[in-house]
Amino acid sequence: MAETTEEKKVDTSESKRIHTYPLIRHSDMNDEMKTEAMELCVTACEKFSNNNETAARMIKETMDKKFGASWHAVVGEGFGFEITHEVKNLLYMFFGGNMAIIIWKCS
Amino acid sequence: MHNHACLLFSIQAGGMSDIMARRRTRIKDGDDMTDIGDGTEAEDWMQHKNLVKPEDQLDLNEGQLKEEFTRILTANNPHAPQNIVRYSFKERQYKQTSSVDQLAIHFALDGNMIHKESDEAKRQRARLGIPEAVPSEHAGSEGGEATPAAGAAEGEEQAKEEAAEEAKDGAATPAPGEGESTGSKKLTNQFNYSERASQTYNNPYRERGTATEPPPRATFSGNVTQWDIFDAYQEDFEKQEKSKEKKVVPGRREEEKTRKKLTITETQGEDISRLNKASKIVERMVNQNTFDDIAQDFKYWEDPSDEYRENEGTLLPLWRFTYEKAKKLAVTSLCWNPKYKDLFAVSFGSYDFMKQGNGMILFNSMKNPSFPEFVYETDSGVMCLDLHPEHPYLIAVGFYDGSVGIFNVERKEPVHRCTAKNGKHTDPVWQVRWQADDLENNHNFYSVSSDGRIVHWTIIKNELTYQDVICLTLPDTTAEGPDGTKVNTVGCGTAFDFHRKNDYLFLVGTEEGKIHMCSKAYTSQFLDSVDAHNMAVYKVRWNPYHPNIYVTCSADWTVKIWEMSSKTSIDKSDTSNDANSRKPLFTFDLNNSVGDVAWSPYSSTVFAAVTADGKVFIYDLHINKYEPLCEQMVAQKKKTKLTHIEFNPVYPMVIVGDDRGNVTSLKLSPNLRKMPKEKKGAPPMDPKQKEENEIAKLEKLLSMVREPPVDSVKK
Repeated sequence: MAETTEEKKVDTSESKRIHTYPLIRHSDMNDEMKTEAMELCVTACEKFSNNNETAARMIKETMDKKFGASWHAVVGEGFGFEITHEVKNLLYMFFGGNMAIIIWKCS
Repeated sequence: MHNHACLLFSIQAGGMSDIMARRRTRIKDGDDMTDIGDGTEAEDWMQHKNLVKPEDQLDLNEGQLKEEFTRILTANNPHAPQNIVRYSFKERQYKQTSSVDQLAIHFALDGNMIHKESDEAKRQRARLGIPEAVPSEHAGSEGGEATPAAGAAEGEEQAKEEAAEEAKDGAATPAPGEGESTGSKKLTNQFNYSERASQTYNNPYRERGTATEPPPRATFSGNVTQWDIFDAYQEDFEKQEKSKEKKVVPGRREEEKTRKKLTITETQGEDISRLNKASKIVERMVNQNTFDDIAQDFKYWEDPSDEYRENEGTLLPLWRFTYEKAKKLAVTSLCWNPKYKDLFAVSFGSYDFMKQGNGMILFNSMKNPSFPEFVYETDSGVMCLDLHPEHPYLIAVGFYDGSVGIFNVERKEPVHRCTAKNGKHTDPVWQVRWQADDLENNHNFYSVSSDGRIVHWTIIKNELTYQDVICLTLPDTTAEGPDGTKVNTVGCGTAFDFHRKNDYLFLVGTEEGKIHMCSKAYTSQFLDSVDAHNMAVYKVRWNPYHPNIYVTCSADWTVKIWEMSSKTSIDKSDTSNDANSRKPLFTFDLNNSVGDVAWSPYSSTVFAAVTADGKVFIYDLHINKYEPLCEQMVAQKKKTKLTHIEFNPVYPMVIVGDDRGNVTSLKLSPNLRKMPKEKKGAPPMDPKQKEENEIAKLEKLLSMVREPPVDSVKK
């Protein structure tokens, strides 16, 4: 019995460990932009892990600088959205196992 | 005037005297060379002065010339009348007036300037509303040498302008209705200077706008919950696990790779095939451009000299079809495609027993003379081919090794090919011919070979089945084998042709020079036979219009036209006697082995033949029963033999094949395709009527030819 529980524990811990990587759910960006935006989201969330608002602000401002004005970013653990975005400018991803980040451009 | 003339005269006189003097010196000092040289030199550059003088010029002597005339100018007008009388009321009588008007006016011109103080000027000024001019200081200074009046005018002008400019507030338009003196254009000077820029108009502004399309947008919606996030990670994790497993199994991976490669090659194949069509179009276009002159000739050129020749015609060479791989092979048969009138099939092989090799079938199109449309290479020489009249994609082929085959244009390999175990001939197949489908709708064809068999081939359920129709036995002669057994010798079939209407009836030509008339129904005996030629018969063809007439050609240099005897096989003995005595209706000696003969499709009396010395002969019996209308050398090189000829079913042209793999197309000149004149105003003939006419035309000829032999026999 003890062995099985241990195994289970190992299993769950392993799955938890694995699940912290960034996971892109939906994106219509080109590959270059996508990887850059994803890395930006990862750094922002790691930097401001206890404040989603500043993380979102950082993402928005950096994206504005890099890809032109009017980016929008939402960072959170639970929310609903319906947005209009310019095509080829949307990224919806999960990160850290419990965070959802959506960024899009619409000017 | 007199003085001037005098001067000229004196100059001339001086020159003359000079020359005279020099002449005199020359005569005097005849020995002195230098002197003479000097004199001639001077004479050379001295030009004689020939005075041009008016004919009516007075000839005056020195005294007259020096005479002086004095003229005094007076203030009196010589033309003025001196004797004017006026009536004086005072003295009551006419009195001569003493004062004479001496003024004579030669030219008068009215000026358009008016004195500024004159009444008219004042009136004008009042009309224009210009105040009385005030003479300014600078007017005086500027117009130093000008009259004071002019200076004043100038000043006034300036004042006017300034006033106008002020009034207009810098508007550059000149004041309307300004005096004639100012004109429409202002003249600038140092006192009246304005920048060039200020003289130009300011362009009016105009607004123009355009709106671009907004960048395309899309909507996206979703819900973020912890469960969603967890599920998404879980799913992705499983996927990763799976891909890891795949990596562990290398075989599968490779399989996938090969599959990928396969798909890649498939897509590439598609691409190439798509390119194929485009490149074909481009190839055709290039060919159309390069062979444009030939195409124009083919369509429009008619030999104009034909109008002046009664019974002769010419052949115009058009395209030449060659193919590199077929250069060493001989053309063994030609066949036009029954559906596409520009396409024809050519078979290649070798007639030389010692030089047998591979064979080839080419499809050439008149639209692309540079490269064949289809190419089939075979291991044995192809001796004959025939395109199915209703299914032109089916090609029946006879090979030198005795086998027959069927090709489908859509495939690269032969669809059927007979082998030794299913009835292949033992000698070269010389001719194949498709027949109409049988009662069970199976395609079938006949072949004739040197082994003496005529075989009927039928395709039944993708199988080639055969049936011997007739064996060309020679009835009288049997050869003795080495061991004393008697072996029936057989005739070697070289050519055959099926009757156009009675499809059971066909003719077979043999290497012995015989023509046998056979029926599909009787396999054991011939309906008729004729000793037609002394050497091998190369071709036999029924007339396309007349049902009883056929033509044969042979290696014995002749072409003969025959009529099918009406009393066929009524009496066996009679026919056998008849066989030797039967004579052809016409015999033409072409002075060389005749490779092929063909009736024209448009006339019952026209046929063409080719000979081994490279000539094409075209006869029209209706026009000339003895001589060809056209005898033309077609082969490019000497020693090239022409092997086959075929008329195009529609266009006035023939194709000719030779033993070096060339096919030449030739256009028939108008004389070669002359038709009997139609009645004027008559409606165009329908095909049936035309056929009847053609038969009648030939029949008329035949009636003339038939009689004499009968008479001679009677005598």
